[in-house]
Amino acid sequence: MGRALEVAEKEQARHVPPPVVIDTTRQPIVVVDDLHIKYKVYGTVREKGTGASALGRILRGRSRPQMTEIHAVRGVSFVAYKGDAIGVIGTNGSGKSTLLKAVAGLLPPAAGGVYTDGQPSLLGVGAALMRDLTGERNIILGCLAMGLTPEETKEKYPEIVQFAGLRKGFIKYPMSTYSSGMGARLRFAIASARTHDVLLIDEALATGDAKFRRRSKRKIEQMRKNAGAVFLVAHQLDVVAETCNRVLWLDEGQIVMDGSPEEVIAAYTEAINK
Amino acid sequence: MRGFGCNRLCAMSHPERPASGPTGSLTAPPASQGKSGESLTAFAARHGLTQSAARPSLGLYLTRLWGRRHFIWMFASSKSKAMYTSSRLGQLWQVLTPILNAGVYFLIFGLLLGAKEGIPDYVPWLVTGVFLFSFTQRSVTSGAKSVGTNLSLIRALHFPRATLPLAYTVVEFQQAMVALAVLFAIVMAFGVMPALTWLLIIPIVALQLLFNMGIGLIVARLGAFTRDISQLIPFITRTWLYASGVIFSVASLHDRSDFIKENPWISDVLEINPGYVYIELARQALLPPYVAQTDPQVAATNPGTLWAYAVVWAVVVLVGGFYWFYRAEERYGRG
Repeated sequence: MGRALEVAEKEQARHVPPPVVIDTTRQPIVVVDDLHIKYKVYGTVREKGTGASALGRILRGRSRPQMTEIHAVRGVSFVAYKGDAIGVIGTNGSGKSTLLKAVAGLLPPAAGGVYTDGQPSLLGVGAALMRDLTGERNIILGCLAMGLTPEETKEKYPEIVQFAGLRKGFIKYPMSTYSSGMGARLRFAIASARTHDVLLIDEALATGDAKFRRRSKRKIEQMRKNAGAVFLVAHQLDVVAETCNRVLWLDEGQIVMDGSPEEVIAAYTEAINK
Repeated sequence: MRGFGCNRLCAMSHPERPASGPTGSLTAPPASQGKSGESLTAFAARHGLTQSAARPSLGLYLTRLWGRRHFIWMFASSKSKAMYTSSRLGQLWQVLTPILNAGVYFLIFGLLLGAKEGIPDYVPWLVTGVFLFSFTQRSVTSGAKSVGTNLSLIRALHFPRATLPLAYTVVEFQQAMVALAVLFAIVMAFGVMPALTWLLIIPIVALQLLFNMGIGLIVARLGAFTRDISQLIPFITRTWLYASGVIFSVASLHDRSDFIKENPWISDVLEINPGYVYIELARQALLPPYVAQTDPQVAATNPGTLWAYAVVWAVVVLVGGFYWFYRAEERYGRG
């Protein structure tokens, strides 16, 4: 397994990402310099999970196989400027979400650095919510988790309920009774209740019906005007093309292409249809 | 320097960065070249950008943590609420669990093994010990998992990570409040009349809460980087339970065990241990007959010393635990 990985890494290394071109006429807001992100995953065991094999492994001085280290981002560099709306595309597992989390400062870099003006925030409050509790309580919990004060929460509450557009009465039911679309709408509504310096959106638009998608697109547009820059991870290329002025194409944790939406999306579409 | 201090892989992938040439550049913003030879790190620094994964200063961290107090309380009460939603008796389990626990110990140790000899009002004495100790025990158990089970939250939002272990201790605190109400009822049911000294339970539990927060922070950091800790914790807390005079009085161990007779320092150590200190204080406050009827020779350390230990343990463990947890703040996301 070790050898296979090494070979794979060598093949990775052969790929040369496009060099970073600095535009001195614009104000940078996010600078990512040769960023590497590794994280550990528990529970993916290749060997037989018996006590005997574990003992043998420990005696032989090998590290735990249950803990696989994933090198998710491998030397990414780019500069984002004020007013940019950057789409990040790539196949599943290409490191898009990891990159976003690193820009947000939520995953510590293994090497390299992320430099930002202001605090980038991920539009992802879902993790703070609890399925067994009512929508009502989750709105309050989510707002407090994002760092709003109780007063601000009270003030935003009606707006969130209205934007989520849940069917009557559902706000008093536990979130576990919601359909996936309803849940996603509520999460997006809560998350967008705050203003952000740099906004990172990860697949927020993937769920929800056409009507909600239109509404959330408007909301993103509005947030983009208030924020310094917006990053959008999405699999729907039409959404990226409509919302972004620049696109990063990521593959195996490295940048393949960085350019205008038309250019990059065309190349990407061609590559995945091959 | 940081941008260049990278590993083998990145050195191979773009050796001449950042002196970028037009060859192979797919970016075409109307760009002029950056100052040649300037690294991205220097470029970022020149524009006043700061590293986003950096750990804030201790003062700023404390301020932010204080700003999250409402979240801590809301998170804790939501957790308590969600904990029993799937069971039929629901919140009633908050009361039933400690009672059943005490019942088991009474059955085994009080009746079968005769631990109650020499202790007046054994049931209230035992229940006080079990309830107070389980507050600490549960804080340790849940604290060790507080970072690991919330990795997705850590990877999604910015907040001082100490929020999590603290919130879990607050969950246990809320449960302990319910248990205390039950405790008062049990103590009265066994014929102990409420006295003014009962009010002392407030500072005692408050100090215990501070201590639990501290130890919760310590095990949270241990558990975040070494998951195996949570497998070990049940054994550690069980040993601690027996060593803290929850079921047998520490003083009576002196008579029972030849080993302790030969090594009297052991019982001194047991009487300094925080598990014992908070329980003993609570017993003395709640059960005046216990204090009155216990032979002063066998009786424990004098109350003044106990209070001093209680305060020192609370302050030292909380301050030390907090600082130690804070030191790894930026690394918790890696799991």
